[in-house]
Formats: sequence, C-alpha cells, structure tokens
Amino acid sequence: MSALAYPDRITATYYLILAAGLFTIGAVGLLIRKNTLVMFMCIELMLNAANLTFVSYASALNDISGQVIVFFTLVVAAAEVAVGLAIIIAIFRRRQSVNADDVDLLKG
Amino acid sequence: MHARNILDLAWLIPAFPASGAVLLLLVGKRIGEPKAGWVATALIGLSFVASVIAFFALRSLHPALRENVSQGFTWIQAGTFRVDFRFLVDPLSSTMTLFVTGIATLISMYAIGYMHGDERFSRFFAYICLFVASMLVLVLGSSFLMTFMGWEGVGLCSYLLISFWFERDTAAVAGKKAFITNRVGDFGFMLAMFLIFQKMGTLNYSALPAAHALPQSAVTAIALLLFVGAMGKSAQLPLHIWLPDAMEGPTPVSALIHAATMVTAGVFLLVRAHVFLDLSDHAATVVAWFGAITALFAATVALVQNDIKKVLAYSTVSQLGYMFLAIGVGSYTGAIFLMIAHAFFKALLFLGAGSVIHGMHDEQDMRRMGGLRKFLPITAGTFIIGWLAIAGIVPFAGFWAKDEILAKTWFSHSYALWAIGAGTALLTAFYMTRQVWLVFYGPERWRDDAELLGVEDTHDHDHAPEPHESPWTMYVPLLVLAVLSVVGGIIDLPFTNSRLNLLDRWLELPEAVHTPSFSAAFLLSTIALAVGVIGIVAGISVYRRGLRDDGTDPTVERLGGFAGVLQNAWYIDVGLARFVSGPVTAFARFLSDGVDRKGIDGAVNGVATAARAGSGGLRRLQTGLVRNYALGIALGAVLLLLYIATRVTF
Amino acid sequence: MAAVVFFACAAAVLIGALGVITGRNPVHSALFLLVTLVSIAVLYLQQHAQLVAAIQIVVYASAIVVLFLFVITLLGVDKHEAPDDAHPLQRVAAITLGVLLFTGIVVLVHGNDWVTGAPSTRGALGVPATGNVETLAKSLFTSFVWAFEMTAVLLVIAVVGSVVLARRSGHRPEVPEDDTAAAGVPESEGAAP
Repeated sequence: MSALAYPDRITATYYLILAAGLFTIGAVGLLIRKNTLVMFMCIELMLNAANLTFVSYASALNDISGQVIVFFTLVVAAAEVAVGLAIIIAIFRRRQSVNADDVDLLKG
Repeated sequence: MHARNILDLAWLIPAFPASGAVLLLLVGKRIGEPKAGWVATALIGLSFVASVIAFFALRSLHPALRENVSQGFTWIQAGTFRVDFRFLVDPLSSTMTLFVTGIATLISMYAIGYMHGDERFSRFFAYICLFVASMLVLVLGSSFLMTFMGWEGVGLCSYLLISFWFERDTAAVAGKKAFITNRVGDFGFMLAMFLIFQKMGTLNYSALPAAHALPQSAVTAIALLLFVGAMGKSAQLPLHIWLPDAMEGPTPVSALIHAATMVTAGVFLLVRAHVFLDLSDHAATVVAWFGAITALFAATVALVQNDIKKVLAYSTVSQLGYMFLAIGVGSYTGAIFLMIAHAFFKALLFLGAGSVIHGMHDEQDMRRMGGLRKFLPITAGTFIIGWLAIAGIVPFAGFWAKDEILAKTWFSHSYALWAIGAGTALLTAFYMTRQVWLVFYGPERWRDDAELLGVEDTHDHDHAPEPHESPWTMYVPLLVLAVLSVVGGIIDLPFTNSRLNLLDRWLELPEAVHTPSFSAAFLLSTIALAVGVIGIVAGISVYRRGLRDDGTDPTVERLGGFAGVLQNAWYIDVGLARFVSGPVTAFARFLSDGVDRKGIDGAVNGVATAARAGSGGLRRLQTGLVRNYALGIALGAVLLLLYIATRVTF
Repeated sequence: MAAVVFFACAAAVLIGALGVITGRNPVHSALFLLVTLVSIAVLYLQQHAQLVAAIQIVVYASAIVVLFLFVITLLGVDKHEAPDDAHPLQRVAAITLGVLLFTGIVVLVHGNDWVTGAPSTRGALGVPATGNVETLAKSLFTSFVWAFEMTAVLLVIAVVGSVVLARRSGHRPEVPEDDTAAAGVPESEGAAP
C-alpha cells in the first residue's frame, strides 16, 4: 500500500461531512447564479446532500427508516422538478428570459 | 287653601317669566312690537302677584315655622352627592322675590317705550324674561347649586343684554368683559361649594346650621371664597371693572340688572350663607374692609365722570360697597334694607337718566346738557327725589338704610370703617348733586350744539331738536319708583321699642351689634344727615352755574393732576391689561405656537416623518431579486444553526 | 478498499458540484450534475442502500437530468451565457454564509455521538439476513403506507400541474421572427415530460 494513511473504517462522520460540503456548495451556487435552470440544479444538489445524510444515518443507526425517508424525498424531488420546470417554461413564454434578475416585480 | 299648599306652588314664580322667555324666543318676532313688551310685562307682573300671594301665605305661618321647601325632583344623584331641584320660600327669599319681580315689572313697562323702534324688540324682552326667571331661581333655590344655576343664568343674560347692540364693538367687548370677570368670581363660588360639600356633605341650605361644628379654618375659607364669588357678581374691588363698561347696554338693562337685581345677588348670597361669616371674624373683617374701600374708591371716581350713566354705575359700585360693609360688621338686615332701598332709588335714577337720554336724542354727555327741568318735568321731579334718597336725606329711604349701617359700624367699634363710610356718604351727596345740577339746572349748554343735534337726529321721531318728555310707558314707572323711594324707609324704622322695625323682625337675621343707647344712635343719625346736607350744599355752590365759561369742570380744575387718575378709575383697567392680560396673552401665545404647534404637532409629525424615513430605508431590502431573498433565508438558517451549535456542544 | 472508493466518489461529488455552480453553459452544469448524482449512487451502494441507489440512478440521474436537458434546449438557452454580474456584496455574503454553514454543520456532526444504541425503530437494514429491498418494502407498506399513498397522489398532482402550467394559453406571445434561438418555441407542442 502507499504511504497515505487510510482510515481503517469509514465511519458515518465522513459521509456527513461530505454531505455538508455538498449542501454548502449547492447553497452558495443558489445564491450566486442568475440562470434559473442552474439555480434549480443547485437545489437538486442540496436535496441530494440531505438524502446522503439520511442514508448515512440509516447505516449508522442500523435503521431502515432513513432509507424510507430517502425514498419519499426522491419522489417529492421528482414531482418538484416537473412542476418547477413547467413554471420556468411558463415564465419564459412571457418574458423570453430565464434570468432570475428579470423577475423583479416585487421590487419595493 | 292651606299656606303650605300655596307655598308648594312657589315654582310658579319663576315659571311665568321662563315661559315668557320661551314664548318670545319662539314667536316673538311674529307678535311684534309693542305686544311682545306687554306680554313680557304681564308675565313678570303675574310673577309679582304670585310673590305677593306667597308672602302673605308665609306671613300666616308662625315665625318659627316660616320656611317651606317645595316638592321637587332629584336633579343630580351621584354617589353621596345629591342635589334636589326644589324651591325654598322663607322670609329672605320672599322679600327678594317681591322686590325683584316688582321692579322688573316696572322696568319692563318702561322698556316698551325706550326700545321703541329697535329691530330686535321682541328678543330684548325674551332676554329680560329669561333674566328674571334666572334671578328668581337664584333667590328661591333650596341649595347652593340651584343658586349657582341662577347665578350663571343671570350672568349669561347680563352678557346677552349688555351686548344687545352688538354691532357696536364697544358693546360686544363690554359684554365679554362682564362675562369673563363674572367667571373669575364664579371660580371662587365653585371652590366654596366644593369645600362646603366636602365638609358638610350636602349643598342644601337646610344644612347650614351644622356649620357651627366646622373648624375655624374651613369656615373662614368658605366665607372668603363665597365673597370672591360675590365680588365678581356685585362688582367689588378688584372685580368691579365690568360694571362701568356694562353701561353700553340699553338703559333699562342698566337699571334692572346692574342696579337693582343682578348685582345684589352677591349680597343675597352672603346673607343667605351668613352663618359662615358669623363664625369667622377674619372673613367678616375682610368683607367689611373690601366693601368700605370699594365704596370710597367708586365715589372718588364718580366725581369726575362726564357720562350720565357712568356716574350712576360708579355710584352703584359704591352703594354695593356699603352693603358689603354692612354684612362685614354683622348688620345683615341693614344690608338687605339698603339693597331694597337702593333698588328703588337707583332704578329710579337709571330710568330717569334713560328718559333724559331718550329725550336728548341719545346724548349721554352731561357737559352737553343743562336746564332740562323745563323740558322734562316729570323726569326731573322723580330724578330729584332719587337724588335726595341716595344722598341720605330724611325721610327718604336712603337715609334710614345708610344710617342703620353707619350706626352698626360705629357700635361695633370699627371707627375707621365708620369714617370711610361717612366720607363716602359726603362724596356721594356731592357727586349726585353735581349730576343733578349739570343736567337739570343751569344754562342750556345743548343749545350751542342745536345744529349738531339736528344733523345727528337719528331718532325715529320727526320733530324739532328740543328735548322732550317721555311717553307714559316710561314715566309711570318713574312715578311709582319715586313714591317707593319716598316711603320705602318705612319698612325698617329704627325705633325698636315701637314695633316699626318690620324688616328686622321679618327677616330674623342675627344682629351682632346692639345699640347701647338711643341718644348715641340719635347723635350718629344727625351726623349722617349732616354729612349728606354738607355734600349737597357744597355741590350746589360749586355747580350753581353749571360748568365754567370755558367749558371745564370746576372739580376737575381743583383736583389738577389727580383728576386724571380719577377719570381713569385709578388706572385699574390699564393696570390689569398690562400686568395681567399682557403676560397671560403672551403665555397663551407661547403655549399655542411654541408648545402646541412646534412641540406637539412637531412630535406627531415627527413620528410620521420617522416612520416614513424608516420605511424608506427598509424599502431598499425589497430588491425584487429572488437571490437576495434566498440570501436572507440562508442567513437565517445559518444563524439558527450557529445558535444550536453553540448551545449543544458547549 | 472502502476508503479508496469513498474518497474517489467524494472527489467526484465535489468536483461535480463545483462544476454545476461554475458552469457558464447550462448544459455543462447539467452534465456535471449527472456526475455528482452517479457518484452519490455509488456512495449509497457502499452504505448498503441498494434500492435507494437504484432508484437514484433511474429517477435522478436519468429522468431528471434528461428533463433538465430537454428544457434547456427547448428554451434555447444552451448557449454560453454572459458572466454572472451579481452584486459583489451578494457574492461575498454568499461565500461567507457558505463557510459558516459548513463550519456549523461540521461542528455539530463531529463533536457528538449521535448513536444512542437503541434498537432500530423500524427494523434493521437487513444485511445480510434479509435483502435490503425486502426490508424496505416491508417497512414501506406497513408503517409508511399512508405516506406512500400520498406520494401517489402527489405525483398525479404534479403531472396535472405541470401540464396546466406549461400549456400555451391561447394567444401567441410576440416572438421576434429572426431569433433562431427561440424559433423552436412556437412550433413544438408543449413541454410536458
């Protein structure tokens, strides 16, 4: 083996930190990007991070409920994507743009 | 009918003029002149008749039981505070109603002629009826609060009537002045009522004997506060300032309100509440001194007045001072006696002056009169009777009253007060003589202005500019009052061993002083009479030829610079304006501009401005960009997370 | 061995995520997303969540990403877009918040022992005695059957909703005739998945 020190067990903590990082990247991307489609993808990243967390806990606690929750989350995410994209298309029809900054009617 | 049943109908006495007021206010214009005047006179006359009936009913009762409180209704009931609307008929109130309604009837009849041609004829009589009704409520009230109600009512009517010709600025201002000065006095009255209620639990007159149980300080305070109220209504120093200005009103008003009735309300109040003065020597002394000084002060000012009504106004203030002097030394009957006699002769004098003014086509300056007894004989004759009465010449009414007061003053060992009173009597005789001579005797100075008179003739009558006698509606009351001034003294002759002191025995007011001996009293009476005679003689000698050839007044000449002080009434009006109303107005302006406009409005507007500024700043958070809102959510989430992280791990 | 897999997949996940948020072309972002999703599926496998991993591939990695690509090309925004001109404050605030968020979660995760030692509430993961699918199915159709039915309803609603939303309203929007990017919009019929 190489000189790199592998940890002898990948405990749940590693997964959790990875999920945290993924979530953070998704959140930052959501705040930075203007393109609504890309913003949507960032939301998907965050959802996946949550799912990863659940699965990690399911394996750490030896409880199937975590995976069941992931199951449901996946379903909801799918439905959400469908409806969300339909909304984006509807907005695009009106404004010819997917730039989130152009939808500022609520400007006070 | 049983006497008590009759007395229970006492509410009719004020009800007649009150209904007259309502009637005339509603349909007076349609009734028109002169019927409106006769309606008023008739109703007041009915009130007089009712008063006479009540008087005899009361007289038929045993002296110890001469008091009847009629049934009424509960007016105010608030916790322990209860005031009933009931009328009290006892000797004092019965006497007051008699002469108030009697004189009011005469004056109302006089006014029919005097107010002829005025465009608001019926409204005048409506006000007169309202006034008489209020005065009767004042007098017949069974509690302080009812008296106060009448008090306010007569104050209102005084305001309405003084400024009756409100197109004249001076009249409107005078009305306001009267009302406001009265108000200052009313403040004292109200404080007195509060104290009375607090100490005695009720405002009814029937509870007054219980005042003996009160501490001295309370009694003195109540007495002095009641005197403040009386000061305002009865024009004592320093609240006398409204009375001379009140001469802006029509002369019947001056006669009725400012000579015979309203100004006597203060005297009435103190006599009604005499128990407080009995118990507090300090208060009584204060009252006596104020009265005496007012009397002297007003007499000095009257010496140099040129307006015929102003002389009489200051004379009224002076005589009222006498009445308070009488109250102060404990001679309540004397005060009432002088009040009645004064009502007779002062009303007579005022009505006579009105007759002169009417005959001289609204000329009021005495320097432009003279020798009028040829043209206005009845007026002159009655006026002379009034003059003799006020100067205190036997056997006219004024002599007996004034003599009684001065005697009581002497015998209560207040010699200084007696001296002031005697001096005032001298001055009174002098200035009244001056008035009579300037108006009715001497050369006819008005002839020089005959052309002026002709040009300025705004009178309805279409005749030559010579003074003329008044119509019968005006001189009949003069005659009646003249008779009363002559024989009025009979109601209280001081010969106590005979049974002629009718008023004394009728009123049964406590007399604090006793006349030690008849001879001493006789001597004092002689001195009083002498004083009056000296004043008259001096007056005639100075004014025999009227004014001097260059038109100046001899008295003014002799007084020199001091005459200016007197003519301006010792600069009291000016002083009050500068030292009281000046700062008060400045303070009010400060409050209105500085505090109200800048401070309070500024604060309110400032709140609005702050809200707008705040919202303007906060508005910039609403960028409309979804990203920024998402940033907000993320911020919140992070904060929450950090909070949990710190709480959980440490 | 497990460590290698883990670190490799972790790297893929993070690189994919970074690619998503920094891709100038939305299509690039979508492809990076695909990388991330597949890597996560591998991680699921490593954690004995076989069914979930399969579903992840089938639903997420294929259906959803394809859907994204559909819409991107449909709307014609698959071109290289202008660099993002976000307000600088927004960028700084976003990154700061990101750092704080990460730190917070790490602190929460790292210092605590969340394992209570209680027996599992809904059954063990089913390794190796029963299969993972069987355990999941048993739990799903007994304890969570109510939620399961609800998701069915949810899916129906989503379908109906997206059809309604994406339908053309009746009048044509003004489209510049010479805009080739939007040329495909009026002609194609609907965008329902």
